[in-house]
Amino acid sequence: MINKIWCSFIIIGIIFSLFTGRMDIITSEILKSSETALNMIVKIFPVMALWLGIMNIALKSGMLNKLSKLVYPVLKIIFPEIPKKHESLGYITTNIVMNVFGLGNAATPFGLKAMKSLQELNEKKDTASRSMITFLVINTSGVTLVPTTVISLRMLYNSVSPGGIMFGCILVTIISLTCGLIFDRILWRINK
Amino acid sequence: MNNLSDYVIPFIVLCIVLYGIKKKVNVYDTFVEGSKESFDMTLKIFPSLLAMVVGVNIFLKSGVLDFIFSYLKPIFNIINVQVEILPMAIMRPISGSAALAILNDIFLNYGPDSLIGKISSIIQGSTDTTFYVLTLYFGSIGIKKIKYAMWAGLFCDLVGIIGAIIIGNMLF
Repeated sequence: MINKIWCSFIIIGIIFSLFTGRMDIITSEILKSSETALNMIVKIFPVMALWLGIMNIALKSGMLNKLSKLVYPVLKIIFPEIPKKHESLGYITTNIVMNVFGLGNAATPFGLKAMKSLQELNEKKDTASRSMITFLVINTSGVTLVPTTVISLRMLYNSVSPGGIMFGCILVTIISLTCGLIFDRILWRINK
Repeated sequence: MNNLSDYVIPFIVLCIVLYGIKKKVNVYDTFVEGSKESFDMTLKIFPSLLAMVVGVNIFLKSGVLDFIFSYLKPIFNIINVQVEILPMAIMRPISGSAALAILNDIFLNYGPDSLIGKISSIIQGSTDTTFYVLTLYFGSIGIKKIKYAMWAGLFCDLVGIIGAIIIGNMLF
């Protein structure tokens, strides 16, 4: 799937720019892309180093385990395939908590840890498991109570109420998350 | 509520460290040991991230989307929806930084408190970059067959965008 999308992006993009005469832009974009990706990594790496360190304390002290037990009754409904007390539950919870407070960058390391730990439960290592896709849906629906980036950008443009969109955001998030989770269930049933 | 985020991180760090001390964990060593894992993780995600950047950027800079907009515009006009939101809505699942740049333009041209500004804010705040999450999360653990993951993710974005337009028009 990713393979097909990637190829279509490249093929459509290059052929289309033949017609729009943007070949020069495409050339520089291709050559520049590894630098762009490196810049992204440079931004992600320190955040990851920090939070993986802090998270390791939570893991070794058993705090993560305790947290997993606490949220298990709720997560059990969303992730029926994850066994009780599994490490991934703790990572999924922390990832959601970070997202909720609008700390998207800090959420990424936990998301990656959650995926790694879900991979342990996965039977086919090259195929996405049901829990992984559900977790991905939660992340793409952007569970956020405080959209920090948007609020600070609104402040920058002298909005009368920078946080005035929060209620709307919460409402939309709830709707898209609910619909997303239902749709995920339906797709899973069809693909079973 | 804006300042809530300021309290979250110090509070989480304090809780984790205190709990570690209580459980007699060598907090410092454990931190260093955990942090080491970031090298491995960063190296693992780089190739898939790079691949995504190459594909997405070629696609975006080719002008395909402008072409698509020109066809979608009349439809948006018929159903009486703000056309200005369209580029933002299409960009959001593909590229987070491009969507943010568009949001910036919208604020500059229409102001953050206009209806268009507010709806775009909600779109930015309540959805996430599906392609980025997809490549990063699956790339880091070597998943090749993603099954219906992309459809589920894009569906979430679609609901989020439609929801933002409807709720924005209702609320403001």
